[in-house]
Amino acid sequence: MMEIKDIEKLAKLARIELSEAEKQAYLKDMSAILNYVDQIKEIVGTTSEEKKAGDLRNVTRLDESQDQDQDKARAIIAEFPRQERNYLKVKKILEN
Amino acid sequence: MIDLKNLTIKQAHESLLSGKYTAVDLAQAYLENIKTKDSKIHAYLEVFSDVLDQARESDKRIASKDRVTVLTGIPIAVKDNILIKGRIASSASKMLENYHATYDATVIKKLKEAGVIFLGRTNMDEFAMGGSTENSAFGVTHNPCDLERVAGGSSGGSAAAVAGDMALAALGSDTGGSIRQPASFCGLVGFKPTYGAVSRYGVMAMGSSFDQIGPFAKSTEDAQILFDFIAGSDIMDSTSVSPQSLALGIHKGLALGPIKIGIPKEVMKVEGMDEAVLANFNQSVEKLKKLGYEIQEVSLPNLPYSLAVYYTLIPAEVSSNMARFDGVRYGLHVEGANMTDDYFKSKQTGFGPEVKRRIILGTYILSSGYYDAYYNKANIVRDLIRADYKKAFEIVDVIITPTTPSPAFKIGEKINDPLKLYLEDIFTVPANLAGIPAVSIPSGFKPVGASKLPLGLQLLAASGNDKLLFTVAADFESK
Repeated sequence: MMEIKDIEKLAKLARIELSEAEKQAYLKDMSAILNYVDQIKEIVGTTSEEKKAGDLRNVTRLDESQDQDQDKARAIIAEFPRQERNYLKVKKILEN
Repeated sequence: MIDLKNLTIKQAHESLLSGKYTAVDLAQAYLENIKTKDSKIHAYLEVFSDVLDQARESDKRIASKDRVTVLTGIPIAVKDNILIKGRIASSASKMLENYHATYDATVIKKLKEAGVIFLGRTNMDEFAMGGSTENSAFGVTHNPCDLERVAGGSSGGSAAAVAGDMALAALGSDTGGSIRQPASFCGLVGFKPTYGAVSRYGVMAMGSSFDQIGPFAKSTEDAQILFDFIAGSDIMDSTSVSPQSLALGIHKGLALGPIKIGIPKEVMKVEGMDEAVLANFNQSVEKLKKLGYEIQEVSLPNLPYSLAVYYTLIPAEVSSNMARFDGVRYGLHVEGANMTDDYFKSKQTGFGPEVKRRIILGTYILSSGYYDAYYNKANIVRDLIRADYKKAFEIVDVIITPTTPSPAFKIGEKINDPLKLYLEDIFTVPANLAGIPAVSIPSGFKPVGASKLPLGLQLLAASGNDKLLFTVAADFESK
């Protein structure tokens, strides 16, 4: 059985702050949903088809700078929540 | 007055070419409908302020015979999780309430080239998570057929816009039924293409191995026109495939006699199916028989596990995809005590209940202690379901089911019980699990009080057989 402290642990891992009411609600929902999806455990089986090496292909494209469009860069910068002179501004990562 | 109710894309196109009316007239007619009707329906989150400018551009193109396509001057609505450069794309979330798209989704780029007019962005469940549009951070969408009922979801706004004659057609996205279910609830054609047939570049990722963009329309013909314009491989989506490699449009079995249609016996055993839905489904079967289709029973033994698999894999993919919304690079930023606290506060404020629920659930499913029991196991069963369909499509060309176990439900009826809402997706999620194409077409009504609630028939085919679905659907629709 899942407990409130488990929900708190998951929320911490997911970097989400939850209110007490939310924690209670999700505890209840999680139990019902997990109870339902547990039926997949009934199935005994392995992957139906062996993954053949021949099916593998490189799907990544070269990480080249294809787009020198300054307008695009400006559009992206304009969406920064906090910025200074075209830099994305963040708080310091290491605390004293 | 333009008769918007019975208007098709081809009719509108001919009228635009012949000069019966202009793209401005047509756009104006839709804008007026939106003005009078949408305060009650709430299909749109935003109606664009430059619609008439776009229409004037289309009129210019038509007048000078410059790159005119069947879609030039056709006004459509776009689900709010598909990016149009420079415009807000919020996914109906507070997280992105003020976010402006920095590029065009591939489907948008293609439609812009075709000369489409974008009327506005439509309401949806937040980040496409839900089946009723009740999870929108900006209020629910009402079903134009019965305002007390949901329009379905997650693409409920797109469905309501078309059903309410507030757009000629619309784009939605379908991860587990988010096009087909609202289409069924609103009496429309809703099409989910084969996974990979349409580029996902520029649609906000929910369940990346499930998501597909597809059309809403009043007729199969209109849906197919839109699909033909948006389909195709794209270097920006590594899972997109070329029509050739999927054999899109080529149905190998057609030469081998009448099209065979299968009814999965497992579907008929689904509990809680509305009697009117069942009766209507049986009528559809009789109709297909009369049209000359061979009907037979097929078996999909692992089908009963579809929902359990879906609601294991989806939260897992959701929790990964939602991690990008950290309040740092774009979207909502809420100040905390330090950098980590910024994350916690931004997500707490930016995400609604269903998004948080799925993130928490997905974090659990992907945690090291439960990964094998849930995530890996679900992937194994997903493969088994895929294999079931593959086997069935060796025997039949098309499989049919009802689109939903019941017609549109009342607003508020199911929102407090997430599991109950999940169970609504029983007939639609298997297509996304298997990556196969599926379409919902109007098949009748259930009279309830003063309303006639639309019902839908779902047709599914093997991967790449998208065109076959349009052929059978058009045949069903015309008779």
